[in-house]
Amino acid sequence: MALAPESRIWDPAETLPRDELARLQVERLRATLERAARNGFYREALARARVRPEEVRDPDDVRRLPFTVKDDLRENYPLGLLAVPRSEIARVHGSSGTTGRPTFVAYTRGDLERWSGLCARFLVAGGLRPEHLVHVAFGYGLFTGGFGLHQGIERVGAGVVPAAGGNTPRQVMLLRDLGPEVLVCTPSYALHIAEVARGEGIDPLGLGLRFGPFGGEPWTEEMRRAIEGELGVEAYNNYGLSEVVGPGVAGECSARGGMHVSEDHFLVECLDPASLEPAAEGEVGELVFTSLTKEAMPVVRYRTRDLASLDRTPCPCGRTGVRMGRVVGRSDDMLIIRGVNVFPSQVEEALLRVEGAAPHYLIEVARPGTLDEAVVKVEIRPRNFSDEMRQMVELRDRLDHEIHSVTGIRMKVELVAPNTLARSEGKARRVIDHRMERR
Amino acid sequence: MKLRQLSLFLENRPGQLKLPCQVLGHAGIDILSMSLADTQQFGILRLIVKDEERARRVLEEAGCVVKVTEVLAVEVPDRAGGLAEVLEAFELCGLSVEYIYPLSAGHRGKTAVLAFRVEDPDAAVKLLGQSGIRVLSREEAFEAMGA
Repeated sequence: MALAPESRIWDPAETLPRDELARLQVERLRATLERAARNGFYREALARARVRPEEVRDPDDVRRLPFTVKDDLRENYPLGLLAVPRSEIARVHGSSGTTGRPTFVAYTRGDLERWSGLCARFLVAGGLRPEHLVHVAFGYGLFTGGFGLHQGIERVGAGVVPAAGGNTPRQVMLLRDLGPEVLVCTPSYALHIAEVARGEGIDPLGLGLRFGPFGGEPWTEEMRRAIEGELGVEAYNNYGLSEVVGPGVAGECSARGGMHVSEDHFLVECLDPASLEPAAEGEVGELVFTSLTKEAMPVVRYRTRDLASLDRTPCPCGRTGVRMGRVVGRSDDMLIIRGVNVFPSQVEEALLRVEGAAPHYLIEVARPGTLDEAVVKVEIRPRNFSDEMRQMVELRDRLDHEIHSVTGIRMKVELVAPNTLARSEGKARRVIDHRMERR
Repeated sequence: MKLRQLSLFLENRPGQLKLPCQVLGHAGIDILSMSLADTQQFGILRLIVKDEERARRVLEEAGCVVKVTEVLAVEVPDRAGGLAEVLEAFELCGLSVEYIYPLSAGHRGKTAVLAFRVEDPDAAVKLLGQSGIRVLSREEAFEAMGA
């Protein structure tokens, strides 16, 4: 995939005419169904739905296929949805699970190559060139962000600084001393880097950064302007999730009016989360993806729980892939705190481990400065109350430790008086997210 | 030989200390002595009242979490070095003090009475008796506090 000097389109397939794209999607969907049938879970699901690969004649036929949800992956831990022999796995990544176990996703060598190409698409769309150096401040390891971006960058022929996560003063030092043109991290971390830099007497605008593909959490146009103003970069949005492939599902072009979905690799649907019927044109619905080229772990109609809209109008950049808008919410209760997926049920599990029974609790998430902060208020109950200060402090510390152990992030635990947290009929409100409120 | 102290959990925010005091006030219960141990986010309020059973009931009805703990009312010479001598005796008995706070001063002239919390109050009463430290009975303690 040679890169023409002025072109910011990595792959000609990004501009396929819609009718050719549709034919390609049908061909690839049939192949995906055949591949998926090698896996017991999908073989049964497809048999129940009574759909045979050869019956697929139109991309819309995807609606006859069964859904896949996160629970299906959890219940088939560790690799129950694998569609190739174990010996063909070239990589395993994972995402956090609500029971403390990650959900694994696997890749063949071919999958890795396609994945790096998908990341190359949005990197180049944002302005990445082979002579650039890129600072990657995503976690490396099971998380798909670090390795995903890393591969995409190397595919383009650019250089990588694998800074990974944490230790922001060190990140600032690397940025100052190596002078990369590109920064990869979550949008809120970008602002945090700018703040820490200023704290060290370093002008973020003087770092020489030119652009940044940011993702991993929802962010607003306001935040984009803030990042651009503080770091002097062009900020681009990109979207992905490990169950579908990782980063590289969709990304903004220079028009920055939505993220082009790589429709030659993923069929996308936007459905009303209640009826599961297609949402009206331009309306917000739940995004559902079907992989068209994945070998190791194909996914059929994966319900992301992410809410966004689709824009099928032509884009001035020439790409024909549909544009998804920003993710505006979830159709479940998952939170993203400092870039990490957290479910309230995980916090409940942690409390249960310490106290034996789950007390009333409330999670409050806010972003007072540039980083997310989560506070878990836990009601004191008679049997947990001790006259000894040391025991009370120990209780709080154990709750702290357990919550960190289950969710992977630190939350501040506050012990509160009994009956002070709101009660409700039916499902208790366990989360208050102050970040969603208008400032 | 042991006083029954009430401990309450208090969040460190406005109004939290006033509430139990108001509840006891309405119930006509007089607080004889108190101590407040605090951290940044919460505290433990310790109270001595004459009828701690009734006090516990009204506080729990008002939604408080209450615990009863036994403390010792110990006579301490009311002069410089008086407390140090008593603590020396505790140490020689192998008793570790969790916390202390005053109950009264000027009792029988030259002595003060302090509440001491130790891990095993019963064992402590025996050991202290042998080393000449006076542990007051409930009645003597209440009398010292003017109740």
